[in-house]
Amino acid sequence: MDYILLTELAINGVFVGLMYALVAVGIVLIYKTSGLANLAQGALAMMGGYATWAVASYFGMPVWGAIPIAIVLMFLVGALIERLALRRMIGQPVIMVIMLTLGLEIMLRGLLPGIFGSAVKRLDLGIPNAPIFLGDFLINRSILIGGTISLAMICVALVFFNSKLGVMMRAVSDDQTASWSVGIRVERAIAIAWGLSSVMATVAGVLWGATQGIDWSLSLLLIKALAIAILGGLDSIPGVLIAGVIVGVAESLASGILDPLVGGGTRDIVASVIILLTLLVKPHGLFGREHIERV
Amino acid sequence: MLYRRAGIRHTRYQDERQLWPLPFDKGLVVAIAVLLVIAPFVVGPLYLSSYLLPWIIWSTAALGLNFLMGTAGQIHLGYGAVMAIGAYTAVHLVLAGVPFEIAMIAGGLMSAVIGIIFGAAALRVKGLYLAMATLAMQYIVDFVISHFPAISGGSLASIAVPPVSFLGVPVVGDIRTYFVALIICAIVTLFMLNVQRTSFGRALAAVREKDYAAEVIGVSTFKYKLLAFWTSSFIGGVVGAVLAVCYLRSISPDQFHIELSIQLVAMVIVGGLGSVLGSFFGAGLILFAPIILNNLIGAMASTFGLAISTDLRAHVPLVLYGALIIGFLLWEPLGLAKIYNNFRNYLLVWPFRHAQR
Repeated sequence: MDYILLTELAINGVFVGLMYALVAVGIVLIYKTSGLANLAQGALAMMGGYATWAVASYFGMPVWGAIPIAIVLMFLVGALIERLALRRMIGQPVIMVIMLTLGLEIMLRGLLPGIFGSAVKRLDLGIPNAPIFLGDFLINRSILIGGTISLAMICVALVFFNSKLGVMMRAVSDDQTASWSVGIRVERAIAIAWGLSSVMATVAGVLWGATQGIDWSLSLLLIKALAIAILGGLDSIPGVLIAGVIVGVAESLASGILDPLVGGGTRDIVASVIILLTLLVKPHGLFGREHIERV
Repeated sequence: MLYRRAGIRHTRYQDERQLWPLPFDKGLVVAIAVLLVIAPFVVGPLYLSSYLLPWIIWSTAALGLNFLMGTAGQIHLGYGAVMAIGAYTAVHLVLAGVPFEIAMIAGGLMSAVIGIIFGAAALRVKGLYLAMATLAMQYIVDFVISHFPAISGGSLASIAVPPVSFLGVPVVGDIRTYFVALIICAIVTLFMLNVQRTSFGRALAAVREKDYAAEVIGVSTFKYKLLAFWTSSFIGGVVGAVLAVCYLRSISPDQFHIELSIQLVAMVIVGGLGSVLGSFFGAGLILFAPIILNNLIGAMASTFGLAISTDLRAHVPLVLYGALIIGFLLWEPLGLAKIYNNFRNYLLVWPFRHAQR
């Protein structure tokens, strides 16, 4: 195995990983405020992609103009999901709420391709196809740009958590009852978290839609995002950043090295193996808070 | 009215602990059993092999998953993978010349052994993390099955199931396969009905409600969580074998994808967590609602001249599963079994609506 190919795979992996991490940030945002993992995050990314495509094609707008509209729409969708479904589930066991998000995932995965047609939709961001040469290394341009945008978005999320609203949301994540009693509107904080994570998902959906086209398979981003969120610790944004790079590189290297040996498909399995190993070795991830329960 | 309780006086503890104390319930159970037994001689072969048989098999699978999710309170999103392990093990053993009864048990054991490895994650984590661990299991098992030609014969290949015999009777034709599935279903149903009355079932209930509280009162959480995974995976493996031999008749990796797991989870939730009756209701609704809805859409499209795209019709099942899961969780978290129970409770005290039941 030559060194240049490996480095190239690793560099591409870093950027792909950052694009995965953008989906994972949404999961972390929701986990931090309401303590449940959103299994519909991949479907939200898919929905964001479809929304952008629909706005662009039905209103004849350029893609770059459609993105802000789609982002606003998806913020409302996220807040609406919280208002209509999640709020009614307050007080139910966590398993039930996870099941609800799973139901949402299944429904969206059927509904959107059903309405817009299951053919792959092209979303052209105007990024040229020619790869970039960095010394000897060949880098896919759309992945490079996507990874950079993702990095920027994740940094924005980091900064956001230090703003006033972010502090409020951190308080909610710490103790919902206590923050409610000091005058924080818990439901609103959770609704904002859902809206923001939908926004993150939309950006991720657009970036991935530009690289692989928009169809139901965008919802498979969920499993990679879960791997990243779990490896990084479900309540840590820096963890997501680092775990995203790890998962991206691991996946890229595994598919580069193992695919010729087993005949393809390793890319999809790496995330699952990482989830399982993390849970068996260090269940709370690299940077997650440990909740200690002793008997 | 129907469910009349008047005049029932228990004088022995055994009487009080029976499964169906009300005469009407007893009659109903007997009637349903008789109907199921005479069904193959009454309904046409098309209905038998494409409605009744899958309903029986999927109900058995839902019972196995319901044991884990409802009785033990552990979430499992990879039950399709468990069934795949059982199906492939059993089919390979049958191909190697092992009798079907033993191959079926071996398939169950294999599922239980592999399931317990993934279930071991349950010992350190719970709820949310367990959902992820089992989701990962689904993908890993899928990958292993489709990428090792020794197991699946290649990702696009399918293995034909050779003719087998069950307890000395060759399993051929619609009626005999139906009875094999019915026997397995009856055994699993009896197990599920009775397990909640044993110390094992009560320990699982304690673990389900609060695991460290269970530990405090002396129930070994470690042991019972593993046992729950073991039992449930065993049932899943056996059902997988039955599914392969009685219904599919040739197995390929794509029959056990995540869609199957999602279907099963939907059946359990729609039917009612922890309810035996609910598993049958849930399996029926999830299996037949898409068919009925699709026919309905087709009929509407032809009567009213609506242009409904084939894409939309192809995605009706997914939308329906999702909508049913969401709807039941929001409005009736205990599922169809609870709806039946409400109806039964209403009739128990009818015409006195506000009486204690």
